[in-house]
Amino acid sequence: MDNFKLRFYNNFIADERWRYIVNGLSVTIRVTFFAALIGIAIGFVVAIIRSTYDKTGHLKVPNFLCEIYLTLIRGTPVVVQLLIIYFIVFGTVKIDKAFVAIVAFGLNSGAYVAEIVRSGIMSIDDGQFEAGRSLGFNYVQTMVYIITPQAFKNILPALANEFIVLLKETSVAGYIALQDLTKGGDIIRGRTFDAFMPLLTVAIIYLVMVMGMTAGVTRLERRLRNSDH
Amino acid sequence: MTTDSTLIKVINLEKHFAGGKVKALDGISTEMRKGEVVVVIGPSGSGKSTFLRCLNLLEVPTGGSILFENEDLTDRNVDINRHRQKMGMVFQHFNLFPHMTILRNMTIAPIKLQGKSPEEAEKYAMTLLERVGLGHRAGAYPSQLSGGQKQRVAIVRALCMKPEVMLFDEPTSALDPEMVGEVLDVMKSLARESMTMVVVTHEMGFAREVSDRVLFMDEGIIYEEGTPEQIFNNSQRIRTKEFLSKVL
Ligand SMILES: Nc1ncnc2c1ncn2[C@@H]1O[C@H](COP(=O)(O)OP(=O)(O)O)[C@@H](O)[C@H]1O
Ligand SMILES: [Mg+2]
Repeated sequence: MDNFKLRFYNNFIADERWRYIVNGLSVTIRVTFFAALIGIAIGFVVAIIRSTYDKTGHLKVPNFLCEIYLTLIRGTPVVVQLLIIYFIVFGTVKIDKAFVAIVAFGLNSGAYVAEIVRSGIMSIDDGQFEAGRSLGFNYVQTMVYIITPQAFKNILPALANEFIVLLKETSVAGYIALQDLTKGGDIIRGRTFDAFMPLLTVAIIYLVMVMGMTAGVTRLERRLRNSDH
Repeated sequence: MTTDSTLIKVINLEKHFAGGKVKALDGISTEMRKGEVVVVIGPSGSGKSTFLRCLNLLEVPTGGSILFENEDLTDRNVDINRHRQKMGMVFQHFNLFPHMTILRNMTIAPIKLQGKSPEEAEKYAMTLLERVGLGHRAGAYPSQLSGGQKQRVAIVRALCMKPEVMLFDEPTSALDPEMVGEVLDVMKSLARESMTMVVVTHEMGFAREVSDRVLFMDEGIIYEEGTPEQIFNNSQRIRTKEFLSKVL
């Protein structure tokens, strides 16, 4: 027991090492949150372009660019994308690492969100589209007022799952020496030569966050299923 | 010839699908006068829906033209969205917006497209809802309504735009039999108020009682047309007679 206390003291109290965990957690949450926002923005734009092309044959060139983006992002590991954006894209400028991580994970997430949103848009009955157009709404208005709100509701659970994945994926941010939660735990390990306590702490924090989000998604799913409007 | 009272003039309308293999419409010419009720009948697959959907360009014709208030809708430079505001459409499957209340279903287009204030749009929507006996359901969602109620809402949703013409594509075909009457009643009262209507339907009673003119379509053309009296009691042509003998 005294041994446990001592290890706890060494890993978290001495030199205020708990700060690595707390600051790391805050970085992880910030990166995940803003990357998710970027992912949603990119995802919706790409999805609308892609489904417009699918439905009408318009927007051929933007659709082609979107396909290249999707192929590149989904065909390469996120760590490689992160390294490329840090060392090549922003290689010559001094820049906040958290910002780079947000851009990289946002770009990455956008590709996955896009396909989720597209499947949501395509799942809406064509009659909805025709009803909108027959009232005089143009294509974009129909998308904005009628199609995407319904699609969004259908895909909320899948989107939430994507952001759970995103949260875990940001743990590779240490590759560009960003001190996120994972990196924070690892730094403590390097100082105290005790892997067990800091890494398990980190794991538990991720687990609690993921379980919290999952519980939220489950409740959301149940709510959506019960309300048929 | 286009007279003052002509609202829609259809000239040699063609719609081919699958690169010309399916001739859904194969040269249709007719016109609808203001206040006229035109009923379109014919066997399944004869092109009735395609015809109706071409009138507001939900289907883009592959040939011919459609003059609406003397403007050719098939002209690429025409702002079709502006014209569609004046052409209400009612679908077989209602197509209400499930994520909006009944009132919102009815007011979103007038507010967003005609610049109506929410108060003004809601006031008019409520008047129409009351008239079809659904004032008390204004705050409900479509999923909480019966089929007949949904279709009545769909009709008044289109009316909220104050259209010049109403297009109906089998508005009662998806309804349980006991709900057909309530929808037809709304359509009859519209006809009495001199709304111009083009109605694709299998309700021959409605056609007989309400319509000014009946178009019988077969294989993508208007095979025979005339007053209900001429078509139902005095048809001159073999396929019309065959069809009517099956449905009457
Ligand atoms: N989107 C489409 N693609 C290909 N063929 C179609 C399409 N819509 C209608 N058709 C064909 O056009 C013909 C007329 O169809 P439709 O207008 O729906 O007939 P109706 O409403 O009289 O039953 C049918 O042969 C149908 O298969
Ligand atoms: Mg049809």
